[in-house]
Amino acid sequence: MTTATPKYRNNFLKEVEANVEEGHWVKMCMQCGVCAGSCPLGPHWQHSPQKIFMMIRAGKREEVLTSDSMWMCTSCYNCIVRCPRKLPITHIMHGLANYAHRLGMAPKGQPTEAIAKLFWDNLVKTGRVNELKFSLAMYFKDGFVQGIKNAMAMQGIGLGLVKAKRLNPMEILGGHACKDKSGIQKMVAKAREIEDRRKGFSGAGA
Amino acid sequence: MADIKYAAYICSGCGIGDTLNVGALEKVATKEGKMAVVKSHPFLCSTEGVDLIKNDIANEGVTHFCIAACSRRAKAEAFAFPGNAVSRANLREGVLWVVAEGPAHDEVRQEMAEDYIRMGCAEVKKMTCPAGSANAASSRRIMVVGGGMSGMTAALAAADAGYEVVLIEKTAQLGGFANNLWKRVPFNAPHAEAQPTGVAEMTAKVSGHAKIKIHLNSTLAETAGAPGRFIAKIAQESGAVTEETVGAIVQATGFTTYDLAKLPELGGGQANVVDQAGLEALAKAADGGAIKRADGSAVKSVVFVQCAGQRGSGGNGDGSHLDYCSGHCCATSIKQATYFKDANPDVDTVVMYQDLRVPGMGEDFYRSAQKKGVIFTKAKVNKVAGGNSCRVDFKDLILDEDASIDADLVVLATGQVPTSGVNLDEWTTTVTAAESGDEAAKQKKSELQKISVLNLNYRQGPDMPQFKYGFADSHFICFPYETRRTGVYAAGPTRRPMDMFQAQEDATGAALKAIQAVENVARGAAAHPRAGDLSFPKARLEGCTQCKRCTVECPFGAIDEDEKRFPVFNQERCRRCGTCMGACPVRVISFENYSCDTVGMQIKAVNVPDEFEEKPRILILACENDAYPALDMAGIQRLTYSAFVRTIPVRCLGSANTIWITDALNQGYDGVMMMGCKRGDDYQCHFVKGSEMAYYRMSKIDDTLKQLSLEGERVQTYEVAITDSARVAKMIDDYAAQLIEMGPSPMKGFG
Repeated sequence: MTTATPKYRNNFLKEVEANVEEGHWVKMCMQCGVCAGSCPLGPHWQHSPQKIFMMIRAGKREEVLTSDSMWMCTSCYNCIVRCPRKLPITHIMHGLANYAHRLGMAPKGQPTEAIAKLFWDNLVKTGRVNELKFSLAMYFKDGFVQGIKNAMAMQGIGLGLVKAKRLNPMEILGGHACKDKSGIQKMVAKAREIEDRRKGFSGAGA
Repeated sequence: MADIKYAAYICSGCGIGDTLNVGALEKVATKEGKMAVVKSHPFLCSTEGVDLIKNDIANEGVTHFCIAACSRRAKAEAFAFPGNAVSRANLREGVLWVVAEGPAHDEVRQEMAEDYIRMGCAEVKKMTCPAGSANAASSRRIMVVGGGMSGMTAALAAADAGYEVVLIEKTAQLGGFANNLWKRVPFNAPHAEAQPTGVAEMTAKVSGHAKIKIHLNSTLAETAGAPGRFIAKIAQESGAVTEETVGAIVQATGFTTYDLAKLPELGGGQANVVDQAGLEALAKAADGGAIKRADGSAVKSVVFVQCAGQRGSGGNGDGSHLDYCSGHCCATSIKQATYFKDANPDVDTVVMYQDLRVPGMGEDFYRSAQKKGVIFTKAKVNKVAGGNSCRVDFKDLILDEDASIDADLVVLATGQVPTSGVNLDEWTTTVTAAESGDEAAKQKKSELQKISVLNLNYRQGPDMPQFKYGFADSHFICFPYETRRTGVYAAGPTRRPMDMFQAQEDATGAALKAIQAVENVARGAAAHPRAGDLSFPKARLEGCTQCKRCTVECPFGAIDEDEKRFPVFNQERCRRCGTCMGACPVRVISFENYSCDTVGMQIKAVNVPDEFEEKPRILILACENDAYPALDMAGIQRLTYSAFVRTIPVRCLGSANTIWITDALNQGYDGVMMMGCKRGDDYQCHFVKGSEMAYYRMSKIDDTLKQLSLEGERVQTYEVAITDSARVAKMIDDYAAQLIEMGPSPMKGFG
């Protein structure tokens, strides 16, 4: 899928429509730029939603899918509220992020992608998020020494949470789970299989 | 002639009686105004008050009277006395509401009111009641020039309203440009799909209409006369000439497309580069199937280039080509893109625009095309190369980078060029040169005559004066359809660039204007904007010096010259603005109820205090269309201004004769303010160039002032719009302060 896409043809737009959540909205953008002006993170990312949509129409597949823009969205929904054409811009951005991730095209070391992956893996294991394990996984994602440093830095908050009974240290032993753990895992696997089949993924970029 | 008896009626309602000394006003009207009957009433516009006046007319023989109450713009229905000469003294908006409150101002306020009584009485003595024209031209037939969608719509509108219509079409077939279209931009909800043009149905309807007489293959060889009595010589291709008498004319001559050959930088003239008209032809040939190029291959990708040769861009950015936006092309390109998408959704259609302009419900149509997958790219196209595979070089304005795209077909959205006949400036220059014997000019003159649409035999030239960019209109917003030739109305793209829907709306409007004209003319009244005005200019020819100023300055070409170069008034063409009256150096032109005397006597009636009283007097001549309403509105908003001004409304500042200025200055006035509408290219003058003439004349008044050894600042001109109520109050106060600083006029006491 990395062959060059013809510029200013509909190919990539059609691909986005077929494979990206809410992607069929992209063609309805009228390029007013209200989303770009409304985004509080605007100055911090490569391309505004307006530009992303124009790049999709211009067939810039590589540039769109490797952009960091959709990963920087904080879901503040300013753009959705303000879009005169009622495009669900936040959702499109997340859809694009997911699509880039599935294709393995997300920027390397993108922290949002890493966190999202940790969160997902943590969740599907038991059907519930194990907060203790999730935090520890995050502390240690950049190696053991950095993990210890992170944990020390956060120990005040951690002990506070324990004292306030918001964090149970015993969760480290496996923690609580949904009633039918394997049922949930099967369900997720099946959904994944259906999506892969529909969008033509080969199971890569999990 | 019946005996004349003068009267004055003073209203003391609306607080006039509480603040002003009405008894003293009555005394002024009797003693100084010399009115035979003087009465006051606490509520003059009530039935009872009006009955009081009616009773005096019936039983006391009152014929001429002054109503001293509110502004002449208020209570016009209550105070309508069509058989009498009536003047109005503006005590409410002109005095009560604009002079500062409190006893400190009682004296100046009362003086102001008394002056307005004097002025009203003086005016009515010089007035006669307009009788209307005895032999009014009365043809009520309407001629429509051009048988396209606009023309046919106008013809049907007029015919369905009961008027006989003469429809003239240059080609062998009705329908005009719409005949070339595959479909039209939707004009019905939900505004999503291109609709059938409906031109065949309309052609059938027009052809079968009992009240419409159609001349095909015909042009106008000559149009003579005036509203109500135009005589049109209709020349057929065969050479036969028919004569028709008509009352009014609707010019719906449409447009031509901008010449593609003038756009070589955008691939004009090269293979597989067409304009929108060319694409319609391809779509018609495809008949709903896949659209094919001239070489027979189906189009797989198409690029639309908006604003090609328009809006001063022209693709090469040097401001050549058309300077304006033709308005319809964005929606038209959207429509044409959907031709492709409807036949085959896999065709790549890209519309390259800089600003997508889809007025009306076009936004829905735009969305509909987006849903179908038409791609809109905000881009500036720099170059198009035609050929088997066309290439479009452009700058993507969102991504800010240069790019190019290949396409099977490129469609250039070129603009509309109005079919408005001869440019009169060019005509005048050519005729002047031809008269001096220039052979080339003679040749050019006959060429110009060939492109003329109306071939009017007016002294000003054969067609209507053109407004911006060659369109035949007088003002796009304020006075649509009303051209600068009374009785000739423009509709459709000859008036301003537009789409078919707007053209049809236009046609209905123009047909109504034509009906208004023939009906008013038949009663001997003005068509518009002074609709129903029965007065008309009369010239005392024994005093005329044949200077031709009136004939030249008339904004509507209403005045011809006879063989001795005396002015001949075509009353039916006249709009009663009085620009001729303002122009006349010997003051022989006047209306029954508006003349150099009616205003001059008002100016002289004002009591001008001597220089020791420190009460300057300022004369305001205010255009009754904009400036006078603005002054009234200042009153309604209770804005105060100097009590030293005396305001006289004029029909148009163009009707202001310089004698009034001289009179006022001789009389000892300290200054004169002349308030008229905006002039120049973006004029707002209701009579097109009346205000321009006034400003021009006043720019030359310095000599007169020098003769009187007066400062130039004593006569000032101002542009005042109807919304300027706050500004106008300040303007007056500033000028009053300026005059006080300058000191009193040295002319005081000689008046």
